[in-house]
Parts: sequence; C-alpha cells; structure tokens
Amino acid sequence: MSHLISIVTENLPMLQVVLPMLAAPLCVVVHHRRATWWVALVVTWASFANSVALARKVYLEGPLSYFVGGWEPPWGIELRIDELNAFVLCLVSAICAVVLIAAPRSFDQEVESDRHHLAYAAFLLCMTGLMGIASAGDAFNVFVFLEISSLSSYGLIALGPSRRALSSALRYLIVGTLGGTFILLGVGLLYMSTGTLNLVDLQQRIPASDGHRTIVVAMVCVVVGACIKLALVPLHGWLPDAYTFAPSVVTAFLAATATKVAFYVLARFLFSVFGVASSIDRFHVDWVLLPLALVAMVYGAAAAIFERDVKRMLAYSSLSQIGYMVVGLALVTKSGLTGGIVHLVNHGLMKCGLFLAIACVVLRFGSPHLGVQRLGSTHLDRLRGLGRSMPWTSAAFVLGGLSMIGVPATVGFVSKWYLVLGAFEAGKWWVAALILFSSALAIAYVWKVVEVLYFADPPRREDEVGEAPWWVLGPTWVLVGASLVFGVWTAPTVRMASAAAEVLLPALAGAGP
Amino acid sequence: MGPGLYNYWMVIVLMMTGLYVVLARPNLVKKIMGVTIFQMSVIMLYITLGKVAGGTAPILIEGAEDVAYSNPVPHVLMLTAIVVGIATTALGLALAIRVYEEFGTLEDDEIRDAEIADAMAAEAGGAD
Repeated sequence: MSHLISIVTENLPMLQVVLPMLAAPLCVVVHHRRATWWVALVVTWASFANSVALARKVYLEGPLSYFVGGWEPPWGIELRIDELNAFVLCLVSAICAVVLIAAPRSFDQEVESDRHHLAYAAFLLCMTGLMGIASAGDAFNVFVFLEISSLSSYGLIALGPSRRALSSALRYLIVGTLGGTFILLGVGLLYMSTGTLNLVDLQQRIPASDGHRTIVVAMVCVVVGACIKLALVPLHGWLPDAYTFAPSVVTAFLAATATKVAFYVLARFLFSVFGVASSIDRFHVDWVLLPLALVAMVYGAAAAIFERDVKRMLAYSSLSQIGYMVVGLALVTKSGLTGGIVHLVNHGLMKCGLFLAIACVVLRFGSPHLGVQRLGSTHLDRLRGLGRSMPWTSAAFVLGGLSMIGVPATVGFVSKWYLVLGAFEAGKWWVAALILFSSALAIAYVWKVVEVLYFADPPRREDEVGEAPWWVLGPTWVLVGASLVFGVWTAPTVRMASAAAEVLLPALAGAGP
Repeated sequence: MGPGLYNYWMVIVLMMTGLYVVLARPNLVKKIMGVTIFQMSVIMLYITLGKVAGGTAPILIEGAEDVAYSNPVPHVLMLTAIVVGIATTALGLALAIRVYEEFGTLEDDEIRDAEIADAMAAEAGGAD
C-alpha cells in the first residue's frame, strides 16, 4: 500500500494530465449518459486534488522536474512545475471540477441525449490539453497539447443547440489552427537556432544568439499564435460567436480556462524563454502588446454596453478582461505582472460564475418548445423581472457583475488594485486612467442587466418560471462565493501570483509588494 | 539565393499561398485547404532543417567513423504534427458537412447573411 502511495506521489505531475486523457476514451466506451458523467466527475476531482497537492509541494520544496518515462531532458520529455504553472493548473482543474457538477442538467437541455458521452469525452480531452500546456517543459509539447485542447474545444462548441454553433466552431477551427501553426513555426525556428526544445535550455541558449533574426521571427510567430488563442483584440474575431453559441456549460468552462492558458503560454515564452533582456529591452514587444491590450480593454467593454444578448455581452466583457491581463504583462513591473496573473484566476472565477448564472437562465427559458426562439433565450428582454422569480440566480449575477466592475471586497478589485499599482510603478499614469475608464464602462453594462432583472416588469406569460435546480445553482454560487472570499481574504491568491511573477521576472524580485 | 535555400523559398511560397487562400476565399472548404497548405509548409520547414549536408539516414553504422547523420528529431516531431494536421482537416471537413446540411451553402458571406436572419428572428422572439 505504501508502495502504491509513493508511486502516486512520485508521478503527480504526469497523473493530472494522464487521468483525464485515459478517462476520455473510457467515456466513449461506457456510453451511458449518467455513468460517463460519474467517470468524468471522479477524474476531474482527482485531478483537482492532484494539482492542489502538487502546488503545495512546489511552494514547500521549489520547482519540480518530472521526466516522462524516466528519460532525462535532452532526450526525453520533461514536465516542469514551478509556482506559475502550479497556479494555472489549480485554476484549470478547479474550474473543470466545479463546472462538471452543473453539466448534466444543462446538457440534458442543450445537447442531444445520445451525444452526452461524447461531450464528456471532449471535455476531458480539452482538460488534458489545457493541463498539458500548463505542465509541459518543452516547446513542442506545448504545441501538441494546445492542439489537443483546441480540437476538442471546436467539437464542444459545435455541440451548441443552434445551427450557428456549427459555423462559429468552423470559423474558430480555421483561425485557431492558424494560431497553433504559428506557434509550431516559432518553435521550429527556435529549434533551428538553438538546437533544443526544452524550455529551460532555450532560456539559457537564447542570450547567446541574441539579436539573431531567426530568434526575432520565432518570437513574432509565438506571440501572434498565442494572441490568436488568447483573443487579444485584432485577433479576437472568433471569440464572441464561439462563446455565444456553445452550450452554456462549455462557455463557462472555456471562458475560464482556454484563454487563461493561452495567456500563460504568452507570459512563459516572453519572460522565461526569450527573457526580458531579449523580448522587452531589445525588441520592445510591450510597445505592441500594451496599446493592443488597452484597446481591447476599452473596446470590449464598450461593445458589451451595446449588446442586447447577455451571453454575447459577457463574451465581449471577456475581451475587455483579457485586455487587463495583457496590460499587466506589458507593464513589465512586479506589481503589474502580479495583477495580470492574479486577474487570470480572478477573472476565471467570476466569469465562470456569470456564465453559469446564464446557464441557469437558459435552463428555465430555453425549453425546446420555444423552437427557434431558443436562440433568443439569453436576450436581455427575457430577463425582465427575473429578480423576483429567480432570486438566487439574479443575486449571483449581480455579485459576479460587481466583481467585473472591480468593487472593493470582490476579486475584481484586487486585480485592478495591482494593475493600477503596476501602472504607477512603470510611470504610466494614463494606463491607470484607462483601467479606471474601462471599469466605468463595466458599470454601464452590468447596470443594464441589473435594471432589467430588478426594475422591469416580468412578461405575464412566463410568470410560472421558478428557480434553477441546485445542481446548476450550487456551482454558480461556489464560484461567486469564491470570488467574494478571495476578494476579502486576498493572501492566498496574491501570494501565489506574486511568487509566479517572481519566477517570470527574477531580475525585478524584491521590488514591488 | 543559392540552391541550398531552395526548400526554404518553397516553404515561404506554400505558406503565403495557404494564408492567402484562408484570407481571400469565402468558401469554407477552400479555407480549410488553405489552412492545410499552411500547415504543410511548416512541416516542410522542419523536414528541411533536419537535413545535414552530406548526411545519411540516422541509423548508427557500427565501426564507421566520421559519418554525418541527418538530424532525426525534426522528422519525429513532424510525425506528431502530421497527425495533428490530419485530425484538424478531418474535423474541419466534418464540420463543413454539418454546416452545409444546416445552411445549404459553404460560402462564408451567404452563411453570414443567414446568421443575421437568425439573429433578427431571435430578436423578434426574445422581444415577444
């Protein structure tokens, strides 16, 4: 028995990737609707426990290296877990575990019943990919896992109830594959000029060939590829449609994880692999990323104000929040980066909560007898007076919205605090001003929903609408609750984020908070 | 442009062809093909950079010294990338079939028109 335990603890970095991967075909074989859900649920919670255990180990003992199959790095594949990955891994597995609880009820309504097992299989594969990206220690495996997660997410989006899910998924596939291939191209060029794929080796060898044009092109390719997956503003075209038409639970899952992991890839390559000396000091990637991020921040929030469909409104708000994260990265200060990384988790929690609240609404309104009108089930007018008939859902939405604005005692405030601090540290007060301006825009779109929920009269025909089942409402409140808890008790997330920022910016360690 | 760079030039030609098709053609199947061509160009780049001038196949020859071997690593990587590429193309074409079943067309602009019509219907339904 103790032998078994030691095998498990030694292989923790691999298990969290392998477990969902093995469970995915199992789901297809099992086929039964509820049984596959139980398989997926057990596996995601096991992975979550695994990442928490791993994170604890990393904080106590420092970064971990794991050699797949016992082969050492120059030949074998390395998984490397440091403070940054551990944080991202915890977020991804936590979101997977919580979202999956809400999945069966929501799938029952939105996904055809003979496809549930496939949906869970794709969900687990997507999780495999995301966990893999976050733990991979070499550049090529980042690409492979990225494609695993992308391919399964196209499938998940295409499961959406309207026909537009199909066209959105196909457009996302075309753009997303270009993004993935750009990363592959960048990795190839890196291998060409350094002769290694291992991220740590790359980090050591790149300064030697600093300024070599191949390295510059590689950097451009990786940044473009990562920004496509991240949906940074000029490359965001796929996101609003994909989020709007995917099944509600899938949207909640992808919004909280996929773009966050892409942000991780961007940060890891710019700061760890290329290094600040090369990416920022020499080639000024921040001069490109900062303006784009600021445009994203304002454009996303402004577009959200004019949107009449709540799900799409939240998708645009995601664009804006992605802008915040990239601003944190492009400021290149300790506080800014801490803000960006803490916002990665904070935004994951609150946006996932909001999308699950929308899932509750859809569950009540989008019943199949509405036919074509199912499409409009997240239209703002459908939410009229819902504050009375669905008090818990509405309250969750309001709290999530407050967090989106950045009201004190919510997680949104914590991340914006560090971002503004970072902006002043970098001497860019106008960045801070724009952050506040974009938050003011967030008030406008959140208020628009609050007004409809609480101050509009409900249409008489839908008086009989009741509260959503606790299977969906529970996870929503777990996430909204987490966004309040970590808004007040900021120590754990901020400490993890600043440890992660120190990994990325070792030269600046000591400065900042 | 020496003969040694011929492959790299072809990589660039293929890459630009692929990107052009994706950006300029409204037909979704053509877009998928454009993506595939783009992926193939990157695969060709990897294959090319594994080649060592005068190198032979990377199978250890017992007793022989001073033999130059080609680098097998990029080739092995591309086995994975080819699998990824096939999976992507297959999924893309499968989705294209479903899109054609639902929309009756594969032209992106016509699909957009149909989507706008859907959105208007939903707006009307949502507003009751």
